[in-house]
Amino acid sequence: MARIFAYIAHKGGVVDDSAFELAAAARKIDPTASPTAILAGWGADLDAACKNLSASYPEIWKIANEGLAYPNAELIRKGLTKVLPNNSIVLVAHEHFGIDLAPGLSIKLNSAFVSDVLDIAGVENASLNVVRQEFGGQVSAHVQCDISSGAVITIRPGAFKMQNGAPIHGTVIDKSADVGALTAGRRYLETVVAEAGDVDITKHNILVSIGRGIQEKENVAIAQELADALGAAVGCSRPVVDAKWMEKSRQVGSSGKTVKPKVYLACGISGAFQHLAGIKGSPFLIAINKNPKAPIFQVADVGIVDDLLEFLPELTAKVHEMRTVAAK
Amino acid sequence: MEILVCVRRVPDTSENEIELNSAGNDIERDDLVYSINEPDNYAVEEALQIVARVGGNVTVATVGGEDDEEILRREMAMGANHGVLITDEAFGGSDGKGIATILRAFVQKGSYDLILTGVQAEDGGAQVGGMLAALLDYPFASLVNSIEVLDGKKLKIGREIEGGNKEISEIDLPCVLSIQTGINEPRYVGMKGIRQVASISIPTFGVSKLGLDPSAVGEAAAKVKRVDYFIPALGKGAEILHGSREENIDKVLELVAAKGGLK
Repeated sequence: MARIFAYIAHKGGVVDDSAFELAAAARKIDPTASPTAILAGWGADLDAACKNLSASYPEIWKIANEGLAYPNAELIRKGLTKVLPNNSIVLVAHEHFGIDLAPGLSIKLNSAFVSDVLDIAGVENASLNVVRQEFGGQVSAHVQCDISSGAVITIRPGAFKMQNGAPIHGTVIDKSADVGALTAGRRYLETVVAEAGDVDITKHNILVSIGRGIQEKENVAIAQELADALGAAVGCSRPVVDAKWMEKSRQVGSSGKTVKPKVYLACGISGAFQHLAGIKGSPFLIAINKNPKAPIFQVADVGIVDDLLEFLPELTAKVHEMRTVAAK
Repeated sequence: MEILVCVRRVPDTSENEIELNSAGNDIERDDLVYSINEPDNYAVEEALQIVARVGGNVTVATVGGEDDEEILRREMAMGANHGVLITDEAFGGSDGKGIATILRAFVQKGSYDLILTGVQAEDGGAQVGGMLAALLDYPFASLVNSIEVLDGKKLKIGREIEGGNKEISEIDLPCVLSIQTGINEPRYVGMKGIRQVASISIPTFGVSKLGLDPSAVGEAAAKVKRVDYFIPALGKGAEILHGSREENIDKVLELVAAKGGLK
């Protein structure tokens, strides 16, 4: 079996959680594997990240370069191409940086590429069988990947469980000299922080969250009326923001807000993993969707197969009725 | 600015419930509604808006078969100047690298300042754009959600990163960008617009016209192959309420009150 590497993202001296998930994925590919971590960056942050990873990885390769103070995928690709041995298997987290880095890296390493892998189904000789999802998670697929000349594989965050082994004393190996000077056609300028928005959806116990099933902008009011009645806020999934029906600040998901309500009412939301990634703290999840096969029903506690445009107004009316009775 | 947008026709998940066929080796493709891959449509709209600001032409291209002509015409009805169908029996079974290799050959036949793709296809891996850039040795950025033309040599772009934050960079032309949904509001295409481009002949490019080595593309060259589709064994899944709507509403209210501390 080829040597397995895990490219580890880090920020402010702290390694990303995916570091441990990638190690778990590596062991699922090869139970005897001793995966090597690779970190790129600059200065004290990089050293701190390497140090705190040495309790989990036996070997850590460090690429220090002034140009990598901010992670630029093109520069890092060039660095990795110089240091990685032929036929390596390289694991990268499937998030915005991995999406930037991994496809081009596979071309430069002349190896196979599979993205957004959820599970490893088996390995036979030079063939790796992995599990992916397609069509927004409605179906899964087994994908066979010829790893005889190596592979670059991006791993879905959260798909592989971290394993807490006994702490080890890994060695940090400095590979910076092998990389040399780097230049890129893309240069980082700044990060613009998301606007706060009018309502802070991270501060509510109950969220009424709407997806594509709300169908048009005028219907957002139906969800707002329910939220008002419940003392809740309205959140949404990506398609609602893309269609400009709600502000970006209302979006729940990996590219939006992370929320921790007690109750999450998912209305007309299919349940793409990017959306689910923004729901933390295991709220009680109630899903209302017309499509009985919607992936949201796999993760919800309670599901109702119904038309939300009819269901929500009736639910709102019932809340008002209940309050009127209670007030008497 | 000469802009190439690489597009794909895919089953429309907002119009279809995707199910397995009886053999379990593919999805049920009879009666599926197909449309242009949604992020690709945003990419075409972005190209049209850039050209409206700085001049130039927009070409839309797809690797596929005759059936895929309909999306080329749809994007031409939106305003794209040219549509190109890249088609050959030898392309069947190509993996992501195979498709990127075919597109590289096409790009090298022309002269483009900017190449756009959608960020990801419904059944794809967010891979072709990054691979194409690496094959061409062009700079690349994924998840792009804003583009500003600085001059004839570079762009200022925004990328969507975690938490709704935006990473701003400068990128040299020519380059490849993969476009995220929501970057713009794609214009509506009416039947009238489609009719106006219905009779335009769409040029095709195959292996010989592209000067491609057939062994570098298609199934034989593919290192990555889909074996089958399956519906994953669920965890416990949701408890589905089968009552009348009124009963379900009562149950939901009861649960919201119990779990959420309804005031």
